Amino acid sequence: MTLTANVPHESWNPVPQPSLEVEGVTVAYPNGNVALRDASFGLGAGTIAGLVGVNGSGKSTLFKAIMGFVQPIAGEVRIAGMPVREALKRNLVAYVPQAEEVDWNFPVLVEDVVMMGRQGHMGFFRIPSAKDRELVDQSLARVGMTEYRKRQIGELSGGQKKRVFLARALAQQGRIMLLDEPFTGVDVQTETAIIDLMRELRGQGHLMLVSTHNLGSVPDFCDQVVLVNRTVLAAGPTAEVFTQSNLEQAFGGVLRHFQLAGSDLHDDKEDTRRVTVLTDDERPVVFYGENGSKPASPSKPQDDK
Amino acid sequence: MMDWLYTFIVEPLSYDFMQRALLVAILVGAVSAALSCFLVLKGWSLMGDAISHAVLPGIVLAYVVGLPIAIGAFVAGLFAAISTGYLKDNSRIKEDTAMGIVFTGMFAVGLVLFSRIETDQHLSHILFGDMLGVTWGDLIETAVIAGVTLLIVLTKRRDFLLYAFDPQHARAIGLPVKLLHYGLLALLSITIVASLKAVGIILVVAMLIAPGAIGFLLAKRFETMLVIAMSVAIASGVLGTLISYSINGATGPCIVLIQAGVFLLALLFAPGSGLLRRRAAPGTHAAGLPIAP
Repeated sequence: MTLTANVPHESWNPVPQPSLEVEGVTVAYPNGNVALRDASFGLGAGTIAGLVGVNGSGKSTLFKAIMGFVQPIAGEVRIAGMPVREALKRNLVAYVPQAEEVDWNFPVLVEDVVMMGRQGHMGFFRIPSAKDRELVDQSLARVGMTEYRKRQIGELSGGQKKRVFLARALAQQGRIMLLDEPFTGVDVQTETAIIDLMRELRGQGHLMLVSTHNLGSVPDFCDQVVLVNRTVLAAGPTAEVFTQSNLEQAFGGVLRHFQLAGSDLHDDKEDTRRVTVLTDDERPVVFYGENGSKPASPSKPQDDK
Repeated sequence: MMDWLYTFIVEPLSYDFMQRALLVAILVGAVSAALSCFLVLKGWSLMGDAISHAVLPGIVLAYVVGLPIAIGAFVAGLFAAISTGYLKDNSRIKEDTAMGIVFTGMFAVGLVLFSRIETDQHLSHILFGDMLGVTWGDLIETAVIAGVTLLIVLTKRRDFLLYAFDPQHARAIGLPVKLLHYGLLALLSITIVASLKAVGIILVVAMLIAPGAIGFLLAKRFETMLVIAMSVAIASGVLGTLISYSINGATGPCIVLIQAGVFLLALLFAPGSGLLRRRAAPGTHAAGLPIAP
Protein backbone atom coordinates (compact mmCIF):
# COMPACT_ATOMS: atom_id res chain seq x y z
CA MET A 1 0.00 0.00 0.00
CA THR A 2 1.26 3.44 -0.80
CA LEU A 3 1.05 6.33 1.57
CA THR A 4 0.72 8.92 -1.16
CA ALA A 5 -2.77 9.85 -0.08
CA ASN A 6 -1.30 11.28 3.10
CA VAL A 7 1.26 13.52 1.50
CA PRO A 8 0.15 17.16 1.54
CA HIS A 9 -0.11 18.81 -1.88
CA GLU A 10 2.00 21.76 -0.87
CA SER A 11 4.37 21.44 2.02
CA TRP A 12 3.89 25.09 3.00
CA ASN A 13 0.15 24.70 2.94
CA PRO A 14 -0.75 21.85 5.27
CA VAL A 15 -3.88 19.88 4.45
CA PRO A 16 -6.62 20.57 6.95
CA GLN A 17 -8.42 17.71 8.64
CA PRO A 18 -11.33 16.68 6.47
CA SER A 19 -14.76 17.56 7.75
CA LEU A 20 -18.12 18.35 6.24
CA GLU A 21 -20.79 20.54 7.80
CA VAL A 22 -24.18 20.97 6.17
CA GLU A 23 -26.29 23.48 8.08
CA GLY A 24 -29.92 24.20 7.33
CA VAL A 25 -29.42 23.88 3.58
CA THR A 26 -32.48 24.55 1.42
CA VAL A 27 -32.23 24.18 -2.35
CA ALA A 28 -34.91 25.31 -4.78
CA TYR A 29 -34.77 24.95 -8.57
CA PRO A 30 -35.86 27.74 -10.94
CA ASN A 31 -39.16 25.99 -11.62
CA GLY A 32 -40.00 26.50 -7.94
CA ASN A 33 -39.45 22.89 -6.94
CA VAL A 34 -37.86 22.72 -3.47
CA ALA A 35 -35.59 19.70 -3.73
CA LEU A 36 -34.15 19.90 -0.24
CA ARG A 37 -35.42 21.72 2.83
CA ASP A 38 -33.45 22.62 5.95
CA ALA A 39 -30.98 19.75 5.66
CA SER A 40 -28.33 19.49 8.38
CA PHE A 41 -25.64 17.00 9.30
CA GLY A 42 -21.94 16.88 10.09
CA LEU A 43 -19.18 14.38 9.35
CA GLY A 44 -15.58 14.14 10.54
CA ALA A 45 -12.31 12.54 9.47
CA GLY A 46 -11.95 8.77 9.05
CA THR A 47 -15.53 8.17 8.07
CA ILE A 48 -17.48 6.25 5.47
CA ALA A 49 -20.95 7.73 5.49
CA GLY A 50 -23.84 6.31 3.51
CA LEU A 51 -26.18 8.84 1.96
CA VAL A 52 -29.35 6.82 1.83
CA GLY A 53 -32.57 7.70 0.08
CA VAL A 54 -34.75 6.56 -2.79
CA ASN A 55 -34.48 8.08 -6.25
CA GLY A 56 -35.71 11.66 -6.24
CA SER A 57 -35.21 12.10 -2.50
CA GLY A 58 -32.62 14.83 -2.98
CA LYS A 59 -29.40 12.84 -2.78
CA SER A 60 -27.95 14.30 -5.95
CA THR A 61 -29.16 17.76 -5.01
CA LEU A 62 -27.27 17.43 -1.74
CA PHE A 63 -24.15 16.39 -3.68
CA LYS A 64 -24.56 19.36 -5.97
CA ALA A 65 -24.93 21.69 -3.01
CA ILE A 66 -21.79 20.28 -1.39
CA MET A 67 -19.83 20.88 -4.60
CA GLY A 68 -21.29 24.33 -5.12
CA PHE A 69 -23.09 23.30 -8.30
CA VAL A 70 -26.31 24.74 -6.94
CA GLN A 71 -26.49 27.67 -4.55
CA PRO A 72 -28.65 26.98 -1.50
CA ILE A 73 -31.31 29.66 -0.98
CA ALA A 74 -30.77 29.19 2.75
CA GLY A 75 -28.15 27.54 4.93
CA GLU A 76 -24.50 26.85 4.38
CA VAL A 77 -22.05 24.08 3.51
CA ARG A 78 -18.58 24.17 5.03
CA ILE A 79 -15.81 21.82 3.97
CA ALA A 80 -12.87 21.45 6.36
CA GLY A 81 -14.14 24.64 7.99
CA MET A 82 -13.97 26.58 4.71
CA PRO A 83 -16.61 27.83 2.29
CA VAL A 84 -17.14 25.41 -0.62
CA ARG A 85 -15.38 27.58 -3.20
CA GLU A 86 -12.17 27.79 -1.23
CA ALA A 87 -12.19 24.09 -0.40
CA LEU A 88 -12.57 23.25 -4.10
CA LYS A 89 -9.71 25.60 -5.02
CA ARG A 90 -7.51 23.71 -2.60
CA ASN A 91 -8.43 20.41 -4.23
CA LEU A 92 -9.92 18.96 -1.06
CA VAL A 93 -12.93 17.36 -2.70
CA ALA A 94 -12.81 14.43 -5.12
CA TYR A 95 -15.93 13.37 -6.94
CA VAL A 96 -16.69 9.98 -8.46
CA PRO A 97 -19.58 10.39 -10.90
CA GLN A 98 -22.33 7.99 -11.86
CA ALA A 99 -21.68 6.00 -15.02
CA GLU A 100 -24.64 7.63 -16.80
CA GLU A 101 -23.13 11.07 -16.41
CA VAL A 102 -20.08 10.20 -18.47
CA ASP A 103 -19.85 10.33 -22.27
CA TRP A 104 -18.07 7.03 -22.89
CA ASN A 105 -17.43 7.87 -26.57
CA PHE A 106 -15.11 10.67 -25.55
CA PRO A 107 -11.64 10.37 -27.12
CA VAL A 108 -9.72 9.92 -23.88
CA LEU A 109 -7.68 6.97 -22.68
CA VAL A 110 -7.86 5.48 -19.20
CA GLU A 111 -4.61 7.20 -18.21
CA ASP A 112 -5.88 10.54 -19.54
CA VAL A 113 -8.89 10.35 -17.25
CA VAL A 114 -6.75 9.55 -14.23
CA MET A 115 -4.42 12.41 -15.13
CA MET A 116 -7.44 14.72 -14.99
CA GLY A 117 -7.36 14.14 -11.25
CA ARG A 118 -4.01 15.94 -11.18
CA GLN A 119 -5.06 18.84 -13.37
CA GLY A 120 -5.96 21.13 -10.49
CA HIS A 121 -2.43 20.72 -9.14
CA MET A 122 -0.70 21.63 -12.40
CA GLY A 123 0.61 25.03 -13.48
CA PHE A 124 -0.80 27.40 -16.09
CA PHE A 125 0.02 25.25 -19.10
CA ARG A 126 -1.23 22.08 -17.39
CA ILE A 127 1.88 20.11 -18.18
CA PRO A 128 2.12 16.99 -15.98
CA SER A 129 5.16 16.82 -13.73
CA ALA A 130 7.08 13.68 -12.83
CA LYS A 131 5.13 13.58 -9.57
CA ASP A 132 1.83 13.76 -11.44
CA ARG A 133 2.85 10.83 -13.63
CA GLU A 134 3.96 8.83 -10.64
CA LEU A 135 0.67 9.42 -8.82
CA VAL A 136 -1.25 8.34 -11.92
CA ASP A 137 0.80 5.13 -12.09
CA GLN A 138 0.22 4.45 -8.42
CA SER A 139 -3.49 5.16 -8.56
CA LEU A 140 -3.95 2.89 -11.59
CA ALA A 141 -2.06 0.13 -9.81
CA ARG A 142 -4.11 0.59 -6.68
CA VAL A 143 -7.39 -0.10 -8.47
CA GLY A 144 -5.83 -2.84 -10.61
CA MET A 145 -6.19 -1.03 -13.95
CA THR A 146 -2.56 -0.65 -14.99
CA GLU A 147 -2.82 -3.03 -17.91
CA TYR A 148 -5.80 -1.14 -19.33
CA ARG A 149 -4.21 2.29 -19.24
CA LYS A 150 -4.01 2.69 -23.03
CA ARG A 151 -7.64 1.72 -23.62
CA GLN A 152 -10.20 4.25 -24.73
CA ILE A 153 -12.69 4.51 -21.85
CA GLY A 154 -15.62 3.19 -23.88
CA GLU A 155 -13.82 -0.15 -24.28
CA LEU A 156 -14.14 -1.02 -20.59
CA SER A 157 -16.69 -3.03 -18.62
CA GLY A 158 -18.94 -1.38 -16.04
CA GLY A 159 -16.72 -2.33 -13.12
CA GLN A 160 -13.55 -1.23 -14.90
CA LYS A 161 -15.11 2.14 -15.74
CA LYS A 162 -15.88 2.69 -12.08
CA ARG A 163 -12.32 1.79 -11.12
CA VAL A 164 -10.92 4.36 -13.53
CA PHE A 165 -12.88 7.16 -11.91
CA LEU A 166 -11.90 5.89 -8.48
CA ALA A 167 -8.28 6.05 -9.60
CA ARG A 168 -8.84 9.63 -10.71
CA ALA A 169 -10.13 10.51 -7.24
CA LEU A 170 -7.08 8.82 -5.69
CA ALA A 171 -4.71 10.70 -7.98
CA GLN A 172 -6.38 13.95 -7.00
CA GLN A 173 -5.58 13.22 -3.36
CA GLY A 174 -8.72 14.94 -2.17
CA ARG A 175 -9.29 13.82 1.39
CA ILE A 176 -13.03 14.26 1.08
CA MET A 177 -14.55 11.94 -1.49
CA LEU A 178 -18.07 12.02 -2.83
CA LEU A 179 -19.11 8.79 -4.53
CA ASP A 180 -22.38 8.83 -6.46
CA GLU A 181 -23.93 5.35 -6.58
CA PRO A 182 -20.58 3.55 -6.89
CA PHE A 183 -22.11 0.08 -6.90
CA THR A 184 -24.57 0.51 -9.75
CA GLY A 185 -23.76 -1.66 -12.75
CA VAL A 186 -20.68 -3.08 -11.09
CA ASP A 187 -19.60 -6.71 -10.71
CA VAL A 188 -19.26 -8.27 -7.25
CA GLN A 189 -15.48 -8.33 -7.50
CA THR A 190 -15.33 -4.60 -8.15
CA GLU A 191 -17.83 -3.93 -5.37
CA THR A 192 -15.59 -5.76 -2.92
CA ALA A 193 -12.53 -3.97 -4.27
CA ILE A 194 -14.21 -0.58 -3.88
CA ILE A 195 -15.27 -1.34 -0.32
CA ASP A 196 -11.77 -2.56 0.58
CA LEU A 197 -10.25 0.58 -0.88
CA MET A 198 -12.67 2.81 1.01
CA ARG A 199 -11.81 1.06 4.27
CA GLU A 200 -8.13 1.60 3.55
CA LEU A 201 -8.75 5.30 2.91
CA ARG A 202 -10.81 5.56 6.08
CA GLY A 203 -7.82 4.16 7.94
CA GLN A 204 -5.81 7.06 6.51
CA GLY A 205 -8.32 9.60 7.78
CA HIS A 206 -10.32 10.26 4.61
CA LEU A 207 -13.95 11.29 4.71
CA MET A 208 -16.18 9.50 2.21
CA LEU A 209 -19.80 10.25 1.49
CA VAL A 210 -21.36 7.48 -0.58
CA SER A 211 -24.81 7.86 -2.05
CA THR A 212 -26.60 4.59 -2.54
CA HIS A 213 -30.04 3.13 -2.83
CA ASN A 214 -28.52 -0.30 -2.32
CA LEU A 215 -29.73 -0.62 1.25
CA GLY A 216 -28.38 -4.08 1.93
CA SER A 217 -24.75 -3.05 1.61
CA VAL A 218 -25.03 -0.03 3.91
CA PRO A 219 -24.44 -1.70 7.31
CA ASP A 220 -21.64 -3.59 5.61
CA PHE A 221 -19.30 -0.68 5.00
CA CYS A 222 -20.80 2.52 6.42
CA ASP A 223 -20.01 3.65 9.93
CA GLN A 224 -22.27 6.68 9.57
CA VAL A 225 -25.59 7.03 7.79
CA VAL A 226 -27.41 10.10 6.51
CA LEU A 227 -31.07 9.35 5.75
CA VAL A 228 -32.51 11.66 3.12
CA ASN A 229 -36.02 12.29 1.96
CA ARG A 230 -36.38 15.91 0.80
CA THR A 231 -34.52 16.79 4.00
CA VAL A 232 -32.11 15.00 6.32
CA LEU A 233 -34.36 12.81 8.43
CA ALA A 234 -31.63 11.37 10.60
CA ALA A 235 -27.83 11.28 10.66
CA GLY A 236 -25.38 9.51 12.90
CA PRO A 237 -23.72 6.16 13.59
CA THR A 238 -25.13 3.34 11.49
CA ALA A 239 -26.30 1.29 14.47
CA GLU A 240 -28.42 4.18 15.75
CA VAL A 241 -29.74 5.58 12.48
CA PHE A 242 -30.05 2.62 10.15
CA THR A 243 -32.88 0.99 12.05
CA GLN A 244 -36.01 -0.68 10.85
CA SER A 245 -38.29 1.97 12.35
CA ASN A 246 -36.26 4.86 10.84
CA LEU A 247 -36.20 3.22 7.43
CA GLU A 248 -39.91 2.50 7.54
CA GLN A 249 -40.53 6.07 8.57
CA ALA A 250 -38.33 7.42 5.83
CA PHE A 251 -39.45 5.17 3.04
CA GLY A 252 -42.86 3.92 4.06
CA GLY A 253 -44.95 3.44 0.99
CA VAL A 254 -41.95 3.83 -1.32
CA LEU A 255 -39.99 0.69 -0.62
CA ARG A 256 -41.26 -2.79 -1.02
CA HIS A 257 -41.89 -4.17 2.39
CA PHE A 258 -42.04 -7.86 3.16
CA GLN A 259 -42.73 -9.48 6.47
CA LEU A 260 -42.33 -13.15 7.17
CA ALA A 261 -43.74 -14.33 10.45
CA GLY A 262 -45.88 -16.92 12.18
CA SER A 263 -46.62 -20.08 10.28
CA ASP A 264 -44.93 -18.79 7.15
CA LEU A 265 -41.67 -18.79 9.02
CA HIS A 266 -41.87 -21.14 11.95
CA ASP A 267 -43.53 -24.44 12.72
CA ASP A 268 -43.99 -23.24 16.28
CA LYS A 269 -46.93 -20.84 16.14
CA GLU A 270 -45.94 -19.26 19.42
CA ASP A 271 -42.66 -17.95 18.00
CA THR A 272 -43.12 -14.17 17.48
CA ARG A 273 -39.83 -13.50 15.72
CA ARG A 274 -40.21 -11.95 12.26
CA VAL A 275 -38.08 -11.40 9.20
CA THR A 276 -38.57 -7.98 7.57
CA VAL A 277 -37.20 -7.24 4.13
CA LEU A 278 -37.05 -3.66 2.82
CA THR A 279 -35.97 -3.17 -0.75
CA ASP A 280 -35.91 -0.48 -3.39
CA ASP A 281 -35.28 -2.82 -6.27
CA GLU A 282 -36.98 -5.89 -7.56
CA ARG A 283 -38.78 -8.38 -5.40
CA PRO A 284 -36.25 -10.35 -3.43
CA VAL A 285 -36.58 -14.09 -3.25
CA VAL A 286 -36.29 -15.37 0.30
CA PHE A 287 -35.50 -18.99 1.09
CA TYR A 288 -36.09 -20.54 4.44
CA GLY A 289 -35.69 -24.08 5.74
CA GLU A 290 -33.17 -26.86 6.28
CA ASN A 291 -31.84 -26.99 2.72
CA GLY A 292 -33.35 -23.78 1.43
CA SER A 293 -35.55 -25.75 -0.93
CA LYS A 294 -38.82 -24.10 -0.20
CA PRO A 295 -39.28 -20.41 -0.79
CA ALA A 296 -40.82 -18.64 2.18
CA SER A 297 -44.33 -18.33 0.93
CA PRO A 298 -45.55 -14.75 1.25
CA SER A 299 -43.51 -13.26 -1.54
CA LYS A 300 -46.22 -10.71 -2.01
CA PRO A 301 -45.59 -7.27 -0.59
CA GLN A 302 -47.79 -6.41 2.33
CA ASP A 303 -49.27 -3.08 3.11
CA ASP A 304 -47.58 -1.85 6.20
CA LYS A 305 -50.39 0.48 7.22
CA MET B 1 1.00 16.15 -66.18
CA MET B 2 3.39 19.04 -65.62
CA ASP B 3 1.08 21.22 -67.62
CA TRP B 4 -1.80 20.27 -65.46
CA LEU B 5 0.14 20.93 -62.25
CA TYR B 6 1.15 24.28 -63.66
CA THR B 7 -2.38 25.41 -64.43
CA PHE B 8 -3.75 23.94 -61.19
CA ILE B 9 -1.16 25.31 -58.74
CA VAL B 10 1.43 27.67 -60.16
CA GLU B 11 -0.75 29.84 -62.33
CA PRO B 12 -3.32 30.71 -59.62
CA LEU B 13 -0.51 31.48 -57.20
CA SER B 14 0.78 34.19 -59.48
CA TYR B 15 -2.29 36.25 -58.68
CA ASP B 16 -2.40 38.41 -55.55
CA PHE B 17 -6.01 37.64 -54.81
CA MET B 18 -5.35 33.90 -54.98
CA GLN B 19 -2.43 34.18 -52.57
CA ARG B 20 -4.66 36.03 -50.12
CA ALA B 21 -7.49 33.55 -50.64
CA LEU B 22 -5.19 30.61 -49.88
CA LEU B 23 -3.83 32.26 -46.75
CA VAL B 24 -7.33 33.04 -45.51
CA ALA B 25 -8.47 29.50 -46.25
CA ILE B 26 -5.58 28.12 -44.20
CA LEU B 27 -6.13 30.50 -41.27
CA VAL B 28 -9.89 30.05 -41.12
CA GLY B 29 -9.56 26.31 -41.58
CA ALA B 30 -7.05 25.96 -38.75
CA VAL B 31 -8.89 28.04 -36.18
CA SER B 32 -12.38 26.74 -36.88
CA ALA B 33 -11.09 23.15 -36.88
CA ALA B 34 -9.51 23.61 -33.45
CA LEU B 35 -12.78 24.96 -32.07
CA SER B 36 -14.87 22.36 -33.85
CA CYS B 37 -13.21 19.63 -31.78
CA PHE B 38 -14.59 21.16 -28.60
CA LEU B 39 -17.98 21.90 -30.13
CA VAL B 40 -18.42 18.34 -31.33
CA LEU B 41 -17.41 16.92 -27.95
CA LYS B 42 -19.49 19.37 -25.94
CA GLY B 43 -22.58 18.79 -28.08
CA TRP B 44 -22.55 22.42 -29.20
CA SER B 45 -22.48 21.88 -32.96
CA LEU B 46 -25.63 23.89 -33.47
CA MET B 47 -24.34 26.67 -31.25
CA GLY B 48 -22.05 27.61 -34.15
CA ASP B 49 -25.08 27.66 -36.43
CA ALA B 50 -27.01 29.85 -34.01
CA ILE B 51 -24.23 32.35 -33.40
CA SER B 52 -23.31 32.66 -37.06
CA HIS B 53 -26.88 33.59 -38.02
CA ALA B 54 -27.25 35.91 -35.08
CA VAL B 55 -24.29 38.08 -36.09
CA LEU B 56 -26.18 39.61 -39.05
CA PRO B 57 -27.96 42.40 -37.11
CA GLY B 58 -24.63 43.18 -35.43
CA ILE B 59 -22.99 43.64 -38.80
CA VAL B 60 -25.68 46.01 -40.07
CA LEU B 61 -25.85 48.03 -36.86
CA ALA B 62 -22.07 48.35 -36.67
CA TYR B 63 -22.14 49.70 -40.20
CA VAL B 64 -24.81 52.26 -39.26
CA VAL B 65 -22.92 53.44 -36.16
CA GLY B 66 -19.61 53.39 -37.97
CA LEU B 67 -17.91 50.77 -35.81
CA PRO B 68 -15.75 48.02 -37.29
CA ILE B 69 -18.04 45.28 -38.53
CA ALA B 70 -16.12 42.68 -36.55
CA ILE B 71 -17.06 44.32 -33.25
CA GLY B 72 -20.76 44.46 -34.09
CA ALA B 73 -20.74 40.85 -35.16
CA PHE B 74 -18.88 39.74 -32.03
CA VAL B 75 -21.25 41.51 -29.67
CA ALA B 76 -24.32 40.15 -31.47
CA GLY B 77 -22.92 36.61 -31.47
CA LEU B 78 -22.14 36.71 -27.80
CA PHE B 79 -25.55 38.18 -27.05
CA ALA B 80 -27.19 35.26 -28.87
CA ALA B 81 -25.15 32.70 -26.91
CA ILE B 82 -25.80 34.30 -23.54
CA SER B 83 -29.51 34.87 -24.09
CA THR B 84 -29.88 31.26 -25.20
CA GLY B 85 -28.27 30.13 -21.96
CA TYR B 86 -30.45 32.50 -19.95
CA LEU B 87 -33.65 31.25 -21.61
CA LYS B 88 -32.68 27.65 -20.97
CA ASP B 89 -31.91 28.24 -17.30
CA ASN B 90 -34.85 30.45 -16.48
CA SER B 91 -37.76 29.01 -18.39
CA ARG B 92 -39.30 25.66 -19.18
CA ILE B 93 -37.91 25.80 -22.73
CA LYS B 94 -35.17 23.35 -23.69
CA GLU B 95 -31.85 24.52 -25.05
CA ASP B 96 -32.38 23.61 -28.72
CA THR B 97 -35.71 25.42 -28.77
CA ALA B 98 -34.27 28.49 -27.08
CA MET B 99 -31.40 28.49 -29.55
CA GLY B 100 -33.74 28.15 -32.52
CA ILE B 101 -35.89 31.07 -31.44
CA VAL B 102 -33.00 33.37 -30.58
CA PHE B 103 -31.01 32.83 -33.76
CA THR B 104 -33.89 32.91 -36.23
CA GLY B 105 -35.25 35.99 -34.46
CA MET B 106 -31.94 37.80 -34.64
CA PHE B 107 -31.33 36.68 -38.22
CA ALA B 108 -34.74 38.10 -39.17
CA VAL B 109 -33.93 41.38 -37.45
CA GLY B 110 -30.71 41.47 -39.43
CA LEU B 111 -32.49 40.81 -42.73
CA VAL B 112 -35.11 43.51 -42.08
CA LEU B 113 -32.44 46.03 -41.12
CA PHE B 114 -30.38 45.06 -44.14
CA SER B 115 -33.28 45.60 -46.52
CA ARG B 116 -34.04 49.03 -45.02
CA ILE B 117 -30.51 50.39 -44.78
CA GLU B 118 -28.14 51.21 -47.58
CA THR B 119 -24.78 49.53 -47.01
CA ASP B 120 -21.78 48.84 -49.17
CA GLN B 121 -22.05 45.13 -48.34
CA HIS B 122 -23.58 42.50 -50.55
CA LEU B 123 -25.93 40.18 -48.74
CA SER B 124 -24.68 37.22 -50.72
CA HIS B 125 -21.12 37.97 -49.61
CA ILE B 126 -22.15 38.05 -45.98
CA LEU B 127 -24.10 34.83 -46.34
CA PHE B 128 -21.71 32.84 -48.50
CA GLY B 129 -18.41 34.67 -48.24
CA ASP B 130 -16.24 36.20 -50.89
CA MET B 131 -12.93 34.47 -50.55
CA LEU B 132 -11.47 35.81 -53.78
CA GLY B 133 -12.37 39.37 -52.78
CA VAL B 134 -10.40 39.33 -49.54
CA THR B 135 -8.21 42.44 -49.16
CA TRP B 136 -4.85 42.66 -47.35
CA GLY B 137 -6.69 44.50 -44.54
CA ASP B 138 -9.19 41.64 -44.21
CA LEU B 139 -6.36 39.19 -44.25
CA ILE B 140 -4.52 40.91 -41.41
CA GLU B 141 -7.69 41.13 -39.33
CA THR B 142 -8.38 37.44 -39.87
CA ALA B 143 -4.78 36.54 -39.09
CA VAL B 144 -4.79 38.45 -35.80
CA ILE B 145 -8.10 36.97 -34.64
CA ALA B 146 -7.19 33.46 -35.74
CA GLY B 147 -3.74 33.69 -34.15
CA VAL B 148 -4.99 34.90 -30.77
CA THR B 149 -7.87 32.40 -30.73
CA LEU B 150 -5.61 29.50 -31.65
CA LEU B 151 -3.11 30.52 -28.99
CA ILE B 152 -5.77 30.56 -26.27
CA VAL B 153 -7.48 27.36 -27.39
CA LEU B 154 -4.25 25.41 -27.74
CA THR B 155 -2.64 26.53 -24.48
CA LYS B 156 -5.83 26.01 -22.45
CA ARG B 157 -6.97 22.93 -24.35
CA ARG B 158 -6.69 20.64 -21.33
CA ASP B 159 -9.02 22.82 -19.30
CA PHE B 160 -11.54 23.15 -22.12
CA LEU B 161 -11.36 19.41 -22.68
CA LEU B 162 -11.93 18.62 -19.01
CA TYR B 163 -14.83 21.06 -18.92
CA ALA B 164 -16.39 19.35 -21.94
CA PHE B 165 -15.78 15.86 -20.58
CA ASP B 166 -16.80 16.24 -16.97
CA PRO B 167 -17.92 19.70 -15.82
CA GLN B 168 -18.61 18.42 -12.31
CA HIS B 169 -15.05 17.24 -11.86
CA ALA B 170 -13.79 20.46 -13.43
CA ARG B 171 -15.69 22.35 -10.77
CA ALA B 172 -14.65 19.96 -8.01
CA ILE B 173 -10.97 20.63 -8.67
CA GLY B 174 -11.56 24.36 -8.66
CA LEU B 175 -11.39 25.20 -12.38
CA PRO B 176 -13.24 28.41 -13.31
CA VAL B 177 -16.05 26.64 -15.18
CA LYS B 178 -18.07 29.81 -15.86
CA LEU B 179 -15.03 31.42 -17.43
CA LEU B 180 -14.38 28.31 -19.52
CA HIS B 181 -18.01 28.20 -20.63
CA TYR B 182 -18.28 31.83 -21.68
CA GLY B 183 -14.69 31.89 -22.88
CA LEU B 184 -15.47 29.10 -25.33
CA LEU B 185 -18.59 30.97 -26.49
CA ALA B 186 -16.61 34.18 -26.96
CA LEU B 187 -13.90 32.35 -28.91
CA LEU B 188 -16.61 30.78 -31.05
CA SER B 189 -18.17 34.15 -31.78
CA ILE B 190 -14.87 35.75 -32.70
CA THR B 191 -13.92 32.80 -34.90
CA ILE B 192 -17.16 33.20 -36.80
CA VAL B 193 -16.36 36.88 -37.23
CA ALA B 194 -12.91 36.00 -38.57
CA SER B 195 -14.39 33.49 -41.02
CA LEU B 196 -17.20 35.72 -42.28
CA LYS B 197 -15.29 37.33 -45.09
CA ALA B 198 -13.99 34.05 -46.38
CA VAL B 199 -16.83 31.55 -46.13
CA GLY B 200 -19.80 33.57 -44.94
CA ILE B 201 -22.41 33.06 -42.25
CA ILE B 202 -23.99 29.94 -43.68
CA LEU B 203 -20.93 27.92 -44.59
CA VAL B 204 -18.89 28.71 -41.48
CA VAL B 205 -21.18 26.29 -39.69
CA ALA B 206 -19.77 23.46 -41.79
CA MET B 207 -16.20 24.53 -41.01
CA LEU B 208 -17.09 24.46 -37.32
CA ILE B 209 -18.51 20.94 -37.37
CA ALA B 210 -17.03 18.75 -40.12
CA PRO B 211 -13.31 18.79 -39.10
CA GLY B 212 -14.13 17.96 -35.48
CA ALA B 213 -16.50 15.21 -36.56
CA ILE B 214 -13.82 13.70 -38.81
CA GLY B 215 -11.25 13.82 -36.00
CA PHE B 216 -13.76 12.28 -33.60
CA LEU B 217 -14.37 9.35 -35.94
CA LEU B 218 -10.68 8.66 -36.50
CA ALA B 219 -9.04 9.32 -33.11
CA LYS B 220 -8.96 7.56 -29.77
CA ARG B 221 -7.25 10.45 -28.09
CA PHE B 222 -7.98 14.16 -28.03
CA GLU B 223 -4.57 15.36 -29.24
CA THR B 224 -4.83 13.09 -32.26
CA MET B 225 -8.34 14.34 -32.93
CA LEU B 226 -7.10 17.93 -32.88
CA VAL B 227 -4.24 17.21 -35.28
CA ILE B 228 -6.49 15.32 -37.70
CA ALA B 229 -9.17 18.01 -37.63
CA MET B 230 -6.71 20.83 -38.28
CA SER B 231 -4.84 19.00 -41.03
CA VAL B 232 -8.04 18.07 -42.82
CA ALA B 233 -9.35 21.63 -42.58
CA ILE B 234 -6.13 23.21 -43.85
CA ALA B 235 -5.76 20.69 -46.67
CA SER B 236 -9.35 21.07 -47.81
CA GLY B 237 -9.00 24.85 -47.57
CA VAL B 238 -6.05 24.85 -49.97
CA LEU B 239 -7.49 22.21 -52.27
CA GLY B 240 -10.95 23.78 -52.32
CA THR B 241 -9.57 27.21 -53.18
CA LEU B 242 -7.45 25.83 -56.03
CA ILE B 243 -10.33 23.77 -57.38
CA SER B 244 -12.71 26.70 -57.22
CA TYR B 245 -10.23 28.68 -59.31
CA SER B 246 -9.82 26.03 -61.94
CA ILE B 247 -13.53 25.27 -62.26
CA ASN B 248 -14.45 28.92 -61.75
CA GLY B 249 -16.90 27.99 -58.97
CA ALA B 250 -17.70 29.49 -55.57
CA THR B 251 -14.79 28.98 -53.15
CA GLY B 252 -16.52 28.46 -49.79
CA PRO B 253 -18.80 25.69 -51.03
CA CYS B 254 -15.84 23.94 -52.70
CA ILE B 255 -14.02 23.77 -49.35
CA VAL B 256 -17.11 22.57 -47.53
CA LEU B 257 -17.74 19.91 -50.17
CA ILE B 258 -14.26 18.50 -49.73
CA GLN B 259 -14.71 18.38 -45.96
CA ALA B 260 -18.02 16.61 -46.39
CA GLY B 261 -16.32 14.10 -48.70
CA VAL B 262 -13.57 13.42 -46.16
CA PHE B 263 -16.21 12.99 -43.48
CA LEU B 264 -17.96 10.39 -45.59
CA LEU B 265 -14.70 8.50 -46.11
CA ALA B 266 -13.99 8.60 -42.37
CA LEU B 267 -17.46 7.35 -41.63
CA LEU B 268 -17.01 4.41 -43.96
CA PHE B 269 -13.41 3.47 -43.29
CA ALA B 270 -12.57 4.60 -39.73
CA PRO B 271 -10.47 1.91 -38.01
CA GLY B 272 -12.61 -0.16 -35.71
CA SER B 273 -15.82 1.78 -36.04
CA GLY B 274 -16.06 2.46 -39.79
CA LEU B 275 -19.31 1.23 -41.31
CA LEU B 276 -17.56 -0.75 -44.04
CA ARG B 277 -14.78 -1.96 -41.77
CA ARG B 278 -17.29 -3.47 -39.39
CA ARG B 279 -18.99 -5.39 -42.12
CA ALA B 280 -15.78 -6.49 -43.78
CA ALA B 281 -14.22 -7.94 -40.65
CA PRO B 282 -16.88 -9.32 -38.36
CA GLY B 283 -14.31 -11.02 -36.13
CA THR B 284 -12.61 -7.82 -35.04
CA HIS B 285 -13.99 -5.69 -32.29
CA ALA B 286 -16.17 -2.66 -32.85
CA ALA B 287 -15.64 0.41 -30.69
CA GLY B 288 -17.56 0.22 -27.48
CA LEU B 289 -17.27 -3.51 -27.03
CA PRO B 290 -14.85 -4.74 -24.38
CA ILE B 291 -11.95 -6.78 -25.63
CA ALA B 292 -10.99 -9.83 -23.67
CA PRO B 293 -7.69 -9.17 -21.92
